[in-house]
Amino acid sequence: MFERLTDRFEGILGRLRNRGRLTEADIEDVLREIRTALLEADVEIGVVRTFVGAVRERCVGLELSRALSPGQQVVKIVNEELTGLLGGETLRITYASRPPTVVLLAGLQGSGKTTAAAKLARWFKQQGRNPMLVGADLQRPAAVEQLRVLAGQIGVTVFSEATDPVAVAQAGLAEARRLGRDVCIVDTAGRLAIDAELMEEVRRIAEVVSPDYTFLVIDAMTGQDAVATATAFHQTLALDGVILTKLDGDARGGAALSVKEVVGRPIAFASTGERLEDFDLFHPDRMADRILGMGDVLSLIEQAERTFDEGTAAKAAAAMLEGRFTLEDFLEQLQQVKRMGPLSGVLSMLPGLSKDMKQASSMVDDRQVGQVEAIIRSMTPAERLDPATIDGSRRLRIANGSGTTTADVNALLKQFREMQKLMKGFSKGGLAGAMGGLGGMFGRGGPKLSPTALAELQSTSDLAGAPGGPLAGLTGMGGLPGMGGAPGSGRGSARATKGGSSKGGRKGKGGGRVTPKSR
Amino acid sequence: MVAAAHDVVVGLVVGIPVLVVAVGAGVALRFRGRGPASAVPPGEVASDVPTDVELAAGAEVARRAEAPVPEAPSGTEVTGAPEPEARVEVPEAPTYRGRLGKARGLLAGYLGAVRSRGKIDATTWDDLEEALIRADVGVGATDALLDDLRTRVRAGEIGDPDALLDALRGDLVAALDTPRRDLTPPGSARAAGDGDSRHVDVWLFVGVNGVGKTTTLGKVATRLTAGGTTAVLAAGDTFRAAAGEQLALWASRSGAEIVRGAEGGDPSSVVYDAVQRAAARGADVVLADTAGRLHNKANLIEELKKIRRVSDRPPGKVTEVLLVIDATTGQNGLAQAAVFTEAVDVTGVVLTKLDGTAKGGIVVAIQRELGLPVKLVGLGEGPGDLVDFDPGSFVDALF
Repeated sequence: MFERLTDRFEGILGRLRNRGRLTEADIEDVLREIRTALLEADVEIGVVRTFVGAVRERCVGLELSRALSPGQQVVKIVNEELTGLLGGETLRITYASRPPTVVLLAGLQGSGKTTAAAKLARWFKQQGRNPMLVGADLQRPAAVEQLRVLAGQIGVTVFSEATDPVAVAQAGLAEARRLGRDVCIVDTAGRLAIDAELMEEVRRIAEVVSPDYTFLVIDAMTGQDAVATATAFHQTLALDGVILTKLDGDARGGAALSVKEVVGRPIAFASTGERLEDFDLFHPDRMADRILGMGDVLSLIEQAERTFDEGTAAKAAAAMLEGRFTLEDFLEQLQQVKRMGPLSGVLSMLPGLSKDMKQASSMVDDRQVGQVEAIIRSMTPAERLDPATIDGSRRLRIANGSGTTTADVNALLKQFREMQKLMKGFSKGGLAGAMGGLGGMFGRGGPKLSPTALAELQSTSDLAGAPGGPLAGLTGMGGLPGMGGAPGSGRGSARATKGGSSKGGRKGKGGGRVTPKSR
Repeated sequence: MVAAAHDVVVGLVVGIPVLVVAVGAGVALRFRGRGPASAVPPGEVASDVPTDVELAAGAEVARRAEAPVPEAPSGTEVTGAPEPEARVEVPEAPTYRGRLGKARGLLAGYLGAVRSRGKIDATTWDDLEEALIRADVGVGATDALLDDLRTRVRAGEIGDPDALLDALRGDLVAALDTPRRDLTPPGSARAAGDGDSRHVDVWLFVGVNGVGKTTTLGKVATRLTAGGTTAVLAAGDTFRAAAGEQLALWASRSGAEIVRGAEGGDPSSVVYDAVQRAAARGADVVLADTAGRLHNKANLIEELKKIRRVSDRPPGKVTEVLLVIDATTGQNGLAQAAVFTEAVDVTGVVLTKLDGTAKGGIVVAIQRELGLPVKLVGLGEGPGDLVDFDPGSFVDALF
């Protein structure tokens, strides 16, 4: 998601980063490119104008800082403005003191309301709530049926009847009360903002259920019209926020950003895939980082927290650091990572990966993960502990057992050996060494982590590793030699263009700043 | 190259968990230091999450599975041709003006301003640019259109704002007007097959999620059957819950026969069965629905390619691949069109939901970049709200 925008910014700002001094013409060039990039990302033209104006104002008469080059300062300004544009804080749901908390979903046809309703129900369930769904979309053929099927997958009750939408909503709420549900999600039919009759209908639905939260569901692919639609729905329903769907496509998202600016309501949730669990609170500050090519490390961490068994992770980390990470441990980790979703999705959240890398990541599918798993499972426990014992005939046996070829087995063993070297990198050289090693594993097409991404990773691990903790060694290094698997090429100027850029949050900014090191 | 690619893949499979563990473990350790407040209770992780994930993973596997095409119909169910409801009623074709009347006026302001200024100046160009961009025509196409007009103004061909607007209108209409806008008449496969009655046309409806594929297909079915064409509907969206039910309702509305498969089944086999069924019945055309898919999901695009391959197997012959695009779609529509065209050789675009405030200007960029004609336009939810594309009215509505 947002990759196109990220690519554009990386292109423009990459040039800036390498400049010592910015002329006024430079600034105009950059601003024009930023404008085009935002327009191509479907940010509303009025919002683009405001944004570019704000950036220009701050760029002209830029106080020259010692710590950052002018280019870096522009990057920082753009990032800050973008974070502002995306909205401030992540939404916190406050539950009604008298349950149920009523959530109303509205939007255009095909924006994904029904799916979002089910995903939202799952989300509430995960928060320990007891939700109920009300299917008030009596317009689209089989919409209620769709809701029932999805709800069945997550074990949530659906209420609907073939009367009229307002009556269904009212009766649904009464049913939720009767059943003692603490969250009641009302799905409504898709409607055009200019359809006076249907807008009146949804207003009446809102009247009878008096929702605690009214969300507009918007397709991330929407163009300039998003703002007009959001404005109209806001006038009718007094929105509390936006649910952004289909964020797993490429490009896009721009229009939804402008909704916040124009309507003044945040993007509350984002839907990032077809599976019901591909849905979560929207984190504006992280998304700005993402646009600037920082990846979404924090989302990754949170997802990891949620799905990782803490004990296993800690054990694996300890094993890693002590350099005795076995295939058995690896298999365990692979299971955990798989739980976070498709590997390529997890990968896309890692910061600073190059285009090549992203392309490569699309080649990874869960079948390949399955293959790796099958190979390891075809080994005896002894082989898993000490892969060196695997000779030709064992290799053949493993290949046969896992339905692969000996070449596949070899490839895995080779990669694993590389990884063990990398582990030693972790314990010896900290993150930089490890990343260098990882780069080597990927070969030439491997990840070219940008210096800023590394700075970010460092600040992340800075935040992660308590002082004196096992990962403390990962931080506080200026240069990061051996990047991209080319030892000695030394793209070592990790510049903290990110430092202090996002507003508050958990970034641990103090330690995130890395002093630029010129070469 | 292949080997290298494979190495990268294995590298990824091995590498990603490591990275994740490195970061994740750091966090876990930090939280241990801070106390359990922020950590997830292990019990919850163990009991709740996996169940949900497994459930969904099952669906995922079902969807991503690349099962071989069963040659024999298995699990597909043919709903006997329903007695057409008394008479299929097709309301009068709505007009652009009538439908778009309420939505007009958004851009009129800019163009009115251009006209009223009396001369062409920098503001004129800014206004035109803004009007086009607001209509989702896109930066590239807008620049190209305006650059061309600038040259002509400089050459003295265009003198005043009225002439400028006329020229812009003319350029847009010319850009969208291609002779390939007509739909291939159903039954053309049979005509090409020397009248062999077993040959049957297949029209595929493709696009991203939520653009209105199923609804469009239903409307096309209504229109075709009202015109005396025998159509068989193939419920090829086996992924979205209840998509088959939705199409079945359209089948009974239009009086067309429908062939359905199991939810989560192989869509290719559903289309295959529908073609067989249509051939046996001597039907003219199979209208095949497909699941919505984002164009950046390579495996789903592969699945679609397979559906097309299977549909093109005699007696089936794919004569239309209609890409359904929602008028609210922004610049991403271009990427959608490019990928779908590359993958399944799209023959035309259906622009839906044009009765809202969105202008659907992205089709200008699509036509310009890919030469893909707009064939049909959706103007509402009723069975008759699907009309042939008319560039003149479209551009007028744009203004």
